[in-house]
Amino acid sequence: MYILIAGGGKVGANLARVLLAQGKHEVTLIEQRHDRFERLEHEFEHQVLIGDATEIFVLERAGIARPPDIVAALTGDDEDNLIICQLSKEKYGVQKVIARVNDPRNQAHFDLLGISPTVSATRGLMALIEHEVPEHDLVHLLELRKENLEIVEVQIDNGAPAAGKTVEKLDLPEGSRLISIMRNGRSEIAVGSTELQPGDQVLAILQPGKEDELRRVLLKS
Amino acid sequence: MKALVIGCGRVGSAIALQLEREGWEVTAVDEKEEALGRLGDNWAGGFVLGHGMDIQVLRDAGIEEADAVVVATDGDNTNIVIGQVAQERFDNQCVVVRVLDPARAEFYRKRGLRTVCPTSVAIDVLLDSVRACEVRPKEPAPS
Repeated sequence: MYILIAGGGKVGANLARVLLAQGKHEVTLIEQRHDRFERLEHEFEHQVLIGDATEIFVLERAGIARPPDIVAALTGDDEDNLIICQLSKEKYGVQKVIARVNDPRNQAHFDLLGISPTVSATRGLMALIEHEVPEHDLVHLLELRKENLEIVEVQIDNGAPAAGKTVEKLDLPEGSRLISIMRNGRSEIAVGSTELQPGDQVLAILQPGKEDELRRVLLKS
Repeated sequence: MKALVIGCGRVGSAIALQLEREGWEVTAVDEKEEALGRLGDNWAGGFVLGHGMDIQVLRDAGIEEADAVVVATDGDNTNIVIGQVAQERFDNQCVVVRVLDPARAEFYRKRGLRTVCPTSVAIDVLLDSVRACEVRPKEPAPS
């Protein structure tokens, strides 16, 4: 594959290194800063270009018009990453773009402008922390942005309104479904007759924003 | 009528002041407090301290009620993103965006964003000035 990487900081340079080590990809890395570029040039030689990857002539020198199979916009600047992805997709017909989101508050802008998938270290860390810290009763496991769905995990405690009820008797919010029940280390697909018990770990799929309704049905009386 | 001016540097502050003189109710947004100084001691409009990429800052500055939004920070890409947010998220009908790079200005203009490129304007004016000199070809020096 031909992969164009914008941003030669730690993230971009490491990605380029790993991809090249696989020996089956062609990679071009674009870096704007002179000091970084010189260091990268020692390692990556002609595979690194100096320039602002939001400038059309720089992208064209890097072969954007071929177009690449994937463009990864990994600079430390969210606005730049957004513009690189928009130009790649809309001006050059690049089929796959990946954008790094540095400030998670900017995620809404990427969503608004249809740039997906995005990668955010902060978001990933938060998901891990939620998973580890029991006070978060509803854990986000996976976001399916394109589908506008997410998969969450909840634990049914003693006294939870759902404990002792079968799935078909639950008044689940519209736009949500239970997927599976994990009990004593074994999981089964949730069907109408599946009865929830205290201690069960339940996977559910739902539209974002339905978390509170789901919480009410499953966890709080 | 209400106008929001995002980026209150040399360009933004002049636009804010002029719009106010023309009777607009203007709010300026800048991430530096010093920017307020550019509006002078008699500034009667609003000023919100913060970054235009921040949705809450835009809301505080009244983007939902604004009739016009001018985006003129010193970053082309920042301006293009904020302009699109104003237009597509807040459905603002009059969004004007400063973009210094002619290539990006043209691309986003075609995409429906009202971009203004001071660089292109400067190039045209400079070329016209050269043409206006009416330079005649130099006569060959007598041999």
